Amino acid sequence: MRQQLKIFVGSAVLTLLVSAPALAADAVLYNGAMQHGERLMLADVSSSNTFNRNLKKEKDPNAAPSEDGYHDPENEGTHILQPPKDAYPGLPTTEFGNHVDWVKAIDEKKLSPRWDRVNSSEEPFVMDMDIVREVKASVPDVVFPHRQHTEWLACANCHPAIFIPQKGANQINMSAILLGQKCGVCHGKVSFPITTKTCSKCHSKPKPADWSPPLSDATLKNPWR
Amino acid sequence: MTSYKADRSIKWRFSILGVLAGLALLAMTPAKAEYADVIINNYADAAGMRPVVFPHWFHRIRFRCKVCHADLGFQFKAGGNKITMAKIIDGKFCGACHNGEVAWSVENCNMCHSGIPGTPTHIHGSTVQRLVSPPYKALNAPQQPAQP
Ligand code: HEC
Ligand code: HEC
Ligand code: HEC
Ligand code: HEC
Ligand code: HEC
Ligand code: HEC
Repeated sequence: MRQQLKIFVGSAVLTLLVSAPALAADAVLYNGAMQHGERLMLADVSSSNTFNRNLKKEKDPNAAPSEDGYHDPENEGTHILQPPKDAYPGLPTTEFGNHVDWVKAIDEKKLSPRWDRVNSSEEPFVMDMDIVREVKASVPDVVFPHRQHTEWLACANCHPAIFIPQKGANQINMSAILLGQKCGVCHGKVSFPITTKTCSKCHSKPKPADWSPPLSDATLKNPWR
Repeated sequence: MTSYKADRSIKWRFSILGVLAGLALLAMTPAKAEYADVIINNYADAAGMRPVVFPHWFHRIRFRCKVCHADLGFQFKAGGNKITMAKIIDGKFCGACHNGEVAWSVENCNMCHSGIPGTPTHIHGSTVQRLVSPPYKALNAPQQPAQP
């Protein structure tokens, strides 16, 4: 048994050594709140006791292509590509996604992306219609704004493939969105992501003051109450 | 004799476990590419070309989503459009613009084919990828190798 353990530990240490540079890089990138590799135990206890086991923090957003871990730095073209940080100055910022507020950028006329492939004077058909969806849970109700969407998209991008164009005709819930369906076809992929910082962008209509969450059956029928 | 063999196979299993533990740590080194960058690698790797990296941020500064996703027919699915060079030089997909008229032309291979070889098709930074416990596996995801 001891022999086996030795082999296990030995090979783990070996691969650790191999991956050491990667881990070191990781630690540097996590510098914000450097708890990633923080050791909890001073004695020789299981090394799996790190402060954060599962927290993944966003590192250096808007990294240049040659340093982003996606583009091959050995490819010459990579170094000709534009780093996002060269393009973004002057655009309104956010704390998520591209760290650019794309809606504000258009509203404030900082950007005017083409609506047509070649004709730069064609204007989008913007429709200002909000759809409110009451949410059963305690979070604020969802307001879906057509205005911001029709600035970017054609009706046919959503209707009828993603949403039947009729208020309340679509079953939407958070799990579907997180899995990339309904609103999640775009949000969490290209449009703003779904994180604690963005819940209130969709959940924007406060509940009435006298609202309280419905009690579950298990509570109503709880024999030990 | 049999016990020796069994013993050895257990040792093997232990060392494989160790290697896997190390590899898992390696895999944790996350890329920090720009949100919404798409890697397209249905065919490129197999043809000895680097995978294609499509930057949404760069294009949405210049075009609304409608131009590509309605007018040019790009479906909302990384890898779902089955883009090939034949279609591109025919003026479809990327070729509707990368034709020397709207944008630089197709002979600039390494501007598009700039990804790290072996990177699978996907969209970077998606909510699904960032969940602590991945809720599902994409249908076309490569199968896990059978357990030894
Ligand atoms: C609607 C038109 C359009 C389509 C479709 C299009 N592009 Fe582009 N792309 C452009 C324009 C315009 C530029 C900027 C050209 C310039 O700098 O002269 C560009 C630039 C780029 C760049 C360079 C970005 C940089 O950092 O300078 C890459 C890479 C790229 N496109 C890849 C693609 C790929 C891959 C596709 C297809 C999957 C594609 N494009 C489809 C219009 C388009
Ligand atoms: C980003 C996706 C998206 C786009 C783009 C979009 N819609 Fe909608 N639309 C929705 C959603 C979501 C609803 C609400 C459906 C529900 O409540 O089940 C809706 C509802 C509607 C309704 C029903 C309203 C009612 O009171 O019953 C109409 C009509 C409609 N849309 C027309 C349009 C038109 C016209 C356009 C283009 C100018 C458009 N939509 C663009 C997502 C979109
Ligand atoms: C077809 C793609 C698509 C779908 C589907 C979609 N959105 Fe959006 N949404 C966008 C885009 C693009 C923007 C512009 C901002 C951005 O890209 O971050 C946007 C912006 C918004 C905004 C405005 C944010 C602001 O700053 O004003 C809200 C709110 C929103 N979406 C909610 C929803 C909800 C709720 C649903 C589902 C019922 C939904 N969206 C479905 C593409 C989509
Ligand atoms: C892109 C828009 C969008 C964002 C961002 C978003 N939600 Fe939702 N959420 C919805 C919609 C749409 C529904 C369905 C409402 C309904 O019942 O019609 C919903 C429903 C819910 C529900 C009710 C239970 C359910 O699954 O239907 C909860 C709880 C909830 N959201 C929590 C959150 C939290 C927490 C966040 C932030 C991490 C968040 N939401 C971010 C659009 C959004
Ligand atoms: C505007 C961007 C762009 C440019 C420029 C470009 N490609 Fe591609 N290429 C793509 C895309 C997108 C795919 C699909 C990738 C995939 O699914 O694997 C592709 C696929 C390929 C494939 C595999 C599929 C096929 O058609 O056989 C080869 C080989 C290839 N490209 C070679 C080249 C060469 C050589 C050049 C330069 C002459 C070039 N590409 C320039 C975007 C581009
Ligand atoms: C210049 C063309 C272009 C523009 C503009 C563009 N896209 Fe895309 N989009 C693409 C390409 C190319 C893909 C990858 C398709 C493939 O791999 O076959 C893609 C993929 C997607 C996907 C699929 C991601 C997934 O689930 O795999 C979504 C969602 C998306 N785009 C949303 C948007 C939104 C929202 C906008 C506007 C803010 C936008 N796109 C603007 C070209 C574009």
